[in-house]
Amino acid sequence: MAILADGRSRVCIQGITGREGMVRTRLMKDYGTNVVAGVTPGKGGVEVYGVPVFDSMEEAVEKTGQIDISVVFVPAHLVKSAALEAIAAGVNLLVLVPDRVPIFDVLEISNFAKEKSARFVGPNTLGLVSPGKAVLGMIGGRAERAREWFRPGDIGVSSRSGGMTSAIAYYLTEAGFGQSTIIHVGGDAVVGLSSPEVMELFEQDNQTKMVVMFGEIGTTQEERVAALIEQKNFTKPLIAFVGGRAAKSGTRFSHAGAIVEGSRGSYESKVKRLKEAGVHVVDSVSDIPEMAKEIRNSLGGQ
Amino acid sequence: MARLYEYLSKKLLQEGGIRIPDGGVASTPSEARQIAEQVKKPVVLKIQVWLTGRAGLGGIKFAESPQQAEAIAKQMLGMKVKNFIIEKVLVEERLNIKSEYFAGLVIDDSKKCPLLIFSSAGGTGVEEIARSHPEKISQIPIDILRGLKEYEVRNLIRKTGISGKLLLRLSDTLTKFYMIARRYDARSAEINPLVVTEEGLVYAADCHLTIDDYAAFRHPELGIEVAREFDRPPTELEKIAYQVEESDYRGTFYFFQMAEEIPEEEPYIGFNGAGGGGSMMSMDAVLSKGFKLANYCDTSGNPAASKVYRAAKIILSQPHIKGYFASGSGVASQEQYHSARGLVKAFREENLAIPGVIRLGGNFEEEAAEILATYLKDIPAKVEGYGRNDSPEFCAQRLEELIEENSRHSHRVKPMMEPSLPEDCYSFKTLTGELAIDHQKCPRCKTKGCIEACKAEILKLEDGKPVLAVSPGEAEKGKCTECLACEIFCSFHEQNAIFIRLPIPGLKEYRERIIEEGERS
Repeated sequence: MAILADGRSRVCIQGITGREGMVRTRLMKDYGTNVVAGVTPGKGGVEVYGVPVFDSMEEAVEKTGQIDISVVFVPAHLVKSAALEAIAAGVNLLVLVPDRVPIFDVLEISNFAKEKSARFVGPNTLGLVSPGKAVLGMIGGRAERAREWFRPGDIGVSSRSGGMTSAIAYYLTEAGFGQSTIIHVGGDAVVGLSSPEVMELFEQDNQTKMVVMFGEIGTTQEERVAALIEQKNFTKPLIAFVGGRAAKSGTRFSHAGAIVEGSRGSYESKVKRLKEAGVHVVDSVSDIPEMAKEIRNSLGGQ
Repeated sequence: MARLYEYLSKKLLQEGGIRIPDGGVASTPSEARQIAEQVKKPVVLKIQVWLTGRAGLGGIKFAESPQQAEAIAKQMLGMKVKNFIIEKVLVEERLNIKSEYFAGLVIDDSKKCPLLIFSSAGGTGVEEIARSHPEKISQIPIDILRGLKEYEVRNLIRKTGISGKLLLRLSDTLTKFYMIARRYDARSAEINPLVVTEEGLVYAADCHLTIDDYAAFRHPELGIEVAREFDRPPTELEKIAYQVEESDYRGTFYFFQMAEEIPEEEPYIGFNGAGGGGSMMSMDAVLSKGFKLANYCDTSGNPAASKVYRAAKIILSQPHIKGYFASGSGVASQEQYHSARGLVKAFREENLAIPGVIRLGGNFEEEAAEILATYLKDIPAKVEGYGRNDSPEFCAQRLEELIEENSRHSHRVKPMMEPSLPEDCYSFKTLTGELAIDHQKCPRCKTKGCIEACKAEILKLEDGKPVLAVSPGEAEKGKCTECLACEIFCSFHEQNAIFIRLPIPGLKEYRERIIEEGERS
């Protein structure tokens, strides 16, 4: 099954005529993603790798039919406008690739998405790949690399670091483990689909038997994953690594943050909460394949 | 996150209709005296730093007279508190405080909305109060599209046991507080204490606003020099680096210095990571070998070769480093040959004499490794390229061995140099620089390899000389991707006729100063 993307979803690329937009359109098309339209206001009428380009999302839907997913490659300060436009045009999943999107813009996108029952990945995301089915975003760089590094299988991968998303999946592939879907949730403090929300999707996915999560210090995502497990809303085996152990905890500037979060957000808090919830927390990323083997063996023995 | 000083935060509050104490900010003792004279009351002097707990650091003092204010300001200005040199003190009237409250705003990452917080007990130790007396704290999520309504604020404050006129006055202030924070894209904000005086007036006695780095561009009036998370003012080199980041949207370039000084005898290295997670893993690997990091740097998100070049030039403006370590996640999606060429141009210009270990794993890693192996043969330093199957630990080990082989030789900062080109040299502008070709050298060229090297296909041959195949305007708007391939090919295999000038404002002067300081000591 995989989550969020398969080969059938109809995909549009906003900012298709830009530097990244063009390169990644090629990646997505070559990989088999069903890219049906591109949008760059003012550039309607041209084609990029055989994909027709339109002036607006509304026009793209009028001319090509319902669009399920939009992958956004516009400059950061235009992301809000592009995202609201896509949601208004009926898109139900957005992948917001750009870095440096203002946080209040993300909150506005989130609000409008909720109203229209749409979801989004990112901002500041490499995107996601369901191996053998579809790539959304820039993960893998080129189709031949994406095919080599990521193989279809039953492990879900969710990461807050872009580079580590690919690295973990690649090391799993090397160790003989395929993946259901690999997703970079985005590096920002507020993201559309955060780690716990991705866990809920993996829980519902029949293909996924085990999940690997790369966490980081800051935000409450890992603590919320722990809570999800304790509430029995996530029941599959989970391997986790939390990055940022070496980061020095600076002077806390905001009392308000401390009032709301308490000690949440620190490396110690995250590891402690995850272990309490029974998560297999590893100290090094290179231990992940070995841990996956152990879990696989214990599952096989049941 | 870009922090604003108290005096600037208060100015924004005042403009938004919140009462602040009478006074002003002083940079000299006599200014402090003049402000105290205008206030005509006993004053409080407060050092301007991005730190809490200033009273404990001797940073908050009272003065009964303008003369005393001047004397205290004299002590405060120039004093060093943690990483700050005090340049400004705030001089304000002393308030007749009757009671203290707390108002705060944070962004809640799980609810994905701003959260307004009020506490009926403010001042120092407000976190402690939150733990021991939760009934004094009240919070409310804000619907960002609908905005915050005053009745919501009244309910927020009411829940902490406040009523009557005070309820109205405080809710008016808090409503304005949210509007100001929202207007300036505050990532977090707080007024602590929020004071009610014996006269019954509400004052913001202290305030800190932190502006969202990614929205700082919307607020040039705030004069934020470097919109980054810092717990001290940015260094000169960090300001130079930030200008590079701001002037090129392609990819990320994040740079900060981790050592105040780099003593020659200590094992510091220049660090060039890629991506947050991969960088952290790579830093752990070099730190575990006993090295120290002169800087942290992240070039990721598929940066142009020119951006990586500038990053390397900035890293190599730090004296006494023993090696250059570049490493990311190992399985990057970005086109790694860009990073390889950026490093090659920088290392060749520097005639690098300290070893480098460059782990450019991922997309196009084979090409990246070949570029490093081919074009760095003739520099004094040994530079080794690695890929996704080489662990950060192994690469850190190699760096250690190479530094030993190199007898722990220290990096010397060199002046910024440019080749001399004929005045009427053929040239055109690129997105962030200028490409010049000395056509007089071209007749001696046998391969014309620059044409083939240019994957963007913007060069063509005319009478055996490379010229633009697109309009100069197109080249400047980005058709020339600044991949640096033509220059590197020509300088290594042919006549060294191509030079791509990629200015880094301020770096020339910075290096001159570093060199001068080095000579003096």
